[in-house]
Amino acid sequence: MNQAIENIEIIRDRRAMGMNPSKFIVWLFIVSIAMLFAALTSAYIVKQSGGEWLNFNLPGMFWITSIIIIVSSVTMQLALSSARADRFNRLRTYLIVTVLLGLAFLIGQYQSWKQLVELDVYFVGNPAGSFLYVLTGLHAAHIISGLIFLLIVIVSSFKLKIHSRSLIRIEICTTYWHFLGGLWLYLFMFLKLNH
Amino acid sequence: MSTKNIELEAELHEHDHDHEHHQSFITKYIFSTDHKIIAKQYLFTGIFWAFIGGLLSVVFRLQLGFPDMDLEWLRPFFGKWITINGKLDPEFYLALVTMHGTIMVFFVLTAGLSGTFSNYLIPLQIGARDMASGFINMLSYWFFFASSVVMFISFFIETGPASGGWVVYPPLSALPQAMSGSGLGMTMWLTAMALFIASTLLGGINYITTVINLRTKGMSFSRLPLTIWAFLLTAIIGLLSFPVLLAAALLLILDRSFGTSFYLAEIFINGEALPNMGGSPILYQHLFWFLGHPEVYIVLLPALGITSEVIATNSRKPIFGYRAMIGSMMGITILSFIVWAHHMFVTGMNPFLGSIFMLLTLIIAVPSAVKVFNYLTTLWKGNIVFTPAMLFSIGLVSFFISGGLTGIFLGNSAIDIQLHDTYFVVAHFHLVMGSAAFFGMMAGVYHWFPKMFGRMMDEKLGYVHFWLTFIGIYLVFFPMHYIGIAGFPRRYYSFTNFDTFSMFTDLNAFVSVAAIITFGAQIIFAFNFLYSIFKGRIAPANPWRSNTLEWTTPRNPGHGNWPGKIPEVYRWPYDYSKPGAKEDFIPQNIPYSQTPESNLPFEKDLVEKEKAEKES
Ligand code: HEM
Ligand SMILES: [Cu+2]
Repeated sequence: MNQAIENIEIIRDRRAMGMNPSKFIVWLFIVSIAMLFAALTSAYIVKQSGGEWLNFNLPGMFWITSIIIIVSSVTMQLALSSARADRFNRLRTYLIVTVLLGLAFLIGQYQSWKQLVELDVYFVGNPAGSFLYVLTGLHAAHIISGLIFLLIVIVSSFKLKIHSRSLIRIEICTTYWHFLGGLWLYLFMFLKLNH
Repeated sequence: MSTKNIELEAELHEHDHDHEHHQSFITKYIFSTDHKIIAKQYLFTGIFWAFIGGLLSVVFRLQLGFPDMDLEWLRPFFGKWITINGKLDPEFYLALVTMHGTIMVFFVLTAGLSGTFSNYLIPLQIGARDMASGFINMLSYWFFFASSVVMFISFFIETGPASGGWVVYPPLSALPQAMSGSGLGMTMWLTAMALFIASTLLGGINYITTVINLRTKGMSFSRLPLTIWAFLLTAIIGLLSFPVLLAAALLLILDRSFGTSFYLAEIFINGEALPNMGGSPILYQHLFWFLGHPEVYIVLLPALGITSEVIATNSRKPIFGYRAMIGSMMGITILSFIVWAHHMFVTGMNPFLGSIFMLLTLIIAVPSAVKVFNYLTTLWKGNIVFTPAMLFSIGLVSFFISGGLTGIFLGNSAIDIQLHDTYFVVAHFHLVMGSAAFFGMMAGVYHWFPKMFGRMMDEKLGYVHFWLTFIGIYLVFFPMHYIGIAGFPRRYYSFTNFDTFSMFTDLNAFVSVAAIITFGAQIIFAFNFLYSIFKGRIAPANPWRSNTLEWTTPRNPGHGNWPGKIPEVYRWPYDYSKPGAKEDFIPQNIPYSQTPESNLPFEKDLVEKEKAEKES
């Protein structure tokens, strides 16, 4: 019993200030990922201004994958609002569609690599090309982590663990997924402006 | 309202679950999620590494001070790295320097210092039951442990550990054929550092979240002890800079193992042209120092935070300029990100850019000076109690001054042309970073040992440890300024190859002897530390008569830190020697309504406020 009182106190303490700690933790993770990409894109600019830079056209596939990732953010958001409204079938459908779109995005990125190879731009060679592979590859790795997170959310949605009174998990997942989408759009715009 | 309750209950059940099972030895002491245990794990690992790192430096000091010495007796430890003539292998010398730097900067003064004291003190001083996520915290330690294991194993491989200096500049580090240490040893170095970065990020994320979200009632940011401010800002610097090092390491790994050319341009090795084109080794330096400079403050800030606390407590005076201290730490935090190129003045950088970085670098001296001034004014006319922790804190201030002054020389891009990569730089950073942060760590250990282990360390041995170390460090590093001004480069195997430097032979022998004595003094510490854990005098509840919350816990705080309710906080942590007060300290959890005799005029209003809050 004493233990229980103490626990109530823990929870109150945690509610007392600021946002939910787990959400806060996720935001900080996002900051660190953002810094990783900020470092790489800064390195890109520094290297580019140093000369000996290979010029080539970006794969057209990037337009398609950008649209895919935007749509997947929309479905993710719809999944979240379905969860808020306790509409479980819609929730699951939207989550699964989001995962499928995520997979489509990955396939699309892979296709864009193929387009790059056709343009004679290789991973090993001029840093201009290598950077492109590193940026897209590292982003894809994060997308994979996002997909794993989504799968966990899907499993818990089938176990009815996600509903209007238990939203933390899906809220965090939504935040992360939107971030990954935004990150791609940033990378794409960055590459468009600096190549 | 009702939904809140259900959520609360749901979480309650989860929590009950956590608590019901009885903890076995493994979950209690090894895979523990309790911040106090994790802090001790960091402390023990840090001390272990400190001795390894120190021993390495003794070995290369033998080489520098006594180049003719027969080192045959080291063969049992280093095997083939002792040549047939009983000399240290020159490449292994570089490996020793590299590992010494890496171990001291990252494993001892980052993990050992921040890891120990952020973990230990954040929940205890802000009034929280534990870190925001005990699990992430545990993960953070075990990543560090894995990193340590990889780094340790790299000593025993055929080609030896990484040897390119702690900064591992390419192309030396990027080409496995460049030297034997650039082979497998370098790969292991990068692996260990990647694990280390993960550990630091996980730890830092937890520290920030905990400080921001889990403070007890009344613990506003303007009542936060300066230790916590320092740990918070340190964690923020780490969160922003370590990912950049990860990016640098990633590109280096790709260059090494996959043939890309981020850092490699046209290069010949053994007369053979390599295929790499278009890269730039300077790019690595930018990325590295974007972490590297903030890193020196990651090392220093926690030590400064500890010092603020120890100096205020043992001067029995409020810290002078509490807000100025916070402000200057914030200033340092921001400035530390925009001065990195002062490590690159001689890389052929545009001189105009050099001047900008020179200006920014010199500006950092301002907040640093503010901090020094505030330490001195806190000490001024205090009723100083010279505990060992206090002596180490004062020692820190001394090193910070003498090392900071040489920073101002180095920050001038023109003077740096002469001084760069000489022993002058070695002297500078060993005083201002190495020794100062080490003293901060020691101050922390002596000060919080009673809380950590429930017993007191022996004071006499503490004094001996302090004086030997303090004098020893000056004897080691002060002469290096002269050697450096004379132009002797760092990371050279031998002083005796050049006639110009023969005049320094005796001085170098002197430095080496001082280094060995200083290292020996640390054995006194190790004995005192271990002995006191088991046999020390039982610690009173509040041995230093201090104000912060950790001293309101039981002698050996259990899981959850406070057996009953978490104390609430009513005042800032520096009410020492307040005029009119009965005692010369008023802990943070004493309400103003209990201290009518010492309340200042504006605090009388706070009494009313306290009452109103009690009633509501
Ligand atoms: C007054 C403030 C300071 C100034 C103006 C300053 C300036 C400099 C400069 C210009 C260098 C580069 C020298 C060279 O390589 O030629 C340097 C090196 C260094 N400084 Fe400072 N510094 C200051 C304070 C600090 C502090 C507070 C720390 C650590 C806590 C620190 C740690 C280091 C380290 C570790 C290096 C050498 C890194 C290496 O090359 O291995 N400095 N400093
Ligand atoms: Cu610096």
